Amino acid sequence: MNLKDIKSQFPIFKSNKNLIYFDTANSAQKPIQVIDALEDFYKNHYANIGRAVYGLAARATADFESTRETIKEFVNGTEGEIIFTKNSTESLNLVAHCFGKLLKEGDEIILTEAEHHSNYVPWHFLRKKKVNIKFIPINEDGEVEVNKLTSLITNKTKIISVIHISNVTGLTTDLKKIISIAKAKKIPVCIDGTQAVAHSHVDLKDLDCDFYAFSSHKIYGPTGVGILYMKNKWIEQFEPFNGGGGMIQNVDTKNITYASGVSKFEAGSLASAEVIALKQAVKFVKDIKVKNIISHEQSLASYALEKISKFNDVEFVGRPSNKGSVFSFNIKGVHAHDASTVFDEDNIAVRAGHHCCQILHKKMKIGSSLRMSFGVYNNKQDIDAICESIKKCKKIFKLK
Amino acid sequence: MDLTELYQDLILDHGKKPRNFGKCNKFNHDAEGHNPLCGDNIHVYLSLDTDKKVKDISFEGSGCAISVASSSIMTEIVKGKTEKQARELLNAFFKMIKEGQEIKKAGLSEDEHIKFSSLAGVGRFPMRVKCATLSWHTLKAALDDEKKPINSEIID
Repeated sequence: MNLKDIKSQFPIFKSNKNLIYFDTANSAQKPIQVIDALEDFYKNHYANIGRAVYGLAARATADFESTRETIKEFVNGTEGEIIFTKNSTESLNLVAHCFGKLLKEGDEIILTEAEHHSNYVPWHFLRKKKVNIKFIPINEDGEVEVNKLTSLITNKTKIISVIHISNVTGLTTDLKKIISIAKAKKIPVCIDGTQAVAHSHVDLKDLDCDFYAFSSHKIYGPTGVGILYMKNKWIEQFEPFNGGGGMIQNVDTKNITYASGVSKFEAGSLASAEVIALKQAVKFVKDIKVKNIISHEQSLASYALEKISKFNDVEFVGRPSNKGSVFSFNIKGVHAHDASTVFDEDNIAVRAGHHCCQILHKKMKIGSSLRMSFGVYNNKQDIDAICESIKKCKKIFKLK
Repeated sequence: MDLTELYQDLILDHGKKPRNFGKCNKFNHDAEGHNPLCGDNIHVYLSLDTDKKVKDISFEGSGCAISVASSSIMTEIVKGKTEKQARELLNAFFKMIKEGQEIKKAGLSEDEHIKFSSLAGVGRFPMRVKCATLSWHTLKAALDDEKKPINSEIID
């Protein structure tokens, strides 16, 4: 499929004519179908879901639930195991909080040094219970050294929680290997798939992990919606995360029984319009086909790496991958924030900073970096433009 | 505003070769400042003598050209001033960056005035204001003997 004309489906590029957007790993721009779906729901079909019996509410509920079905099919999940949260961060907090209740002093959790803060900070809270956290190291290429996992596992290891694709280096973790090692020891595995969905094939039945978290806004959907796939055994075993309406079965002044299934974890009114519009985002991605997105982003990454490598003062963060949609670099002698300001003058949106991955940056002995990430709307001209901007940056900072 | 005005030679020079970098001798006030979103951090050291005069001042840390240049220029200007003058200068700096108010020359030499004013352009880049103000907030914290690291993300 030709992605050449896809940009015209994104109104942001009409209102910002010269915008070059390289920050999809932060948040993706929205196609018109998603924006229209939000407007249509609010204008023509709005009612809260799951509460009332009148027709409007019933139809809204059905529409909402059909998004759950769409998501389930998209990631090849299982019926009754898709929970809506407010973002990936909340999905991971839910797992860490609820799983944490089952832990005791001395128990161990294994993460990696490549984690986004959202898959570290929630687990860090458990240190209050004297739970220990171990890290699978990353090497200087930025790769998670999965061969070191076995030596970290003890009989106190209770869970392994790892990033699927790094939001800094774009490298993919060898999940199959991690899950097979974990399975042999009967250790559950949680995956932060935030950068993977809509950029690579995600098949949850094939992966067979216990938890998988991702966000709507990074897959061309609205903000305010996260997704958590959780195996039914944990849905049954976990205590609720939040309390309130929608997650109960029966309430009296002495006792409360909780709803069963995913409802147990969906307290209060949800972002129903956003969930309903998310269905259009998934449809958009499915219509393009993930395999076409992968080849589009890989060809962009290869082209960008080839061109940017030609600058003798560019240093990449780890080994940049031409297989993904993200990589990061620095221009020697120019701080990432200064470079980003120069790019911004040319309407190029690039994120500068530590990208919520301080452990990874410290390991690489850098404070910050410039991150380029691709979406369906990027093209080779965008990359030519940033190369011109890098030249300009070198001129301003008087680099040779 | 042109980028070469923001990144003028004076700022690039101080950004690349910061003055008064490191721990100064016999400091009796110090404070830390962070900008967590950028990852910038700074530690300001100063030695106030019995007449409340800044006998010495220095800084350590890392950050972008704007943040390092602002710290370096700050130490050059504040050195030798009284605590009262230092406080007036930092308020004038915030007014210059945030409200575009020009600083009166009073109390500053021609050279100091040029250095101080070289950072005025940052005000036109709202996302970079916190880079320029971090060191000055940290100076205030050092004068106030603030023990907790300050966070320019929250202040600005």
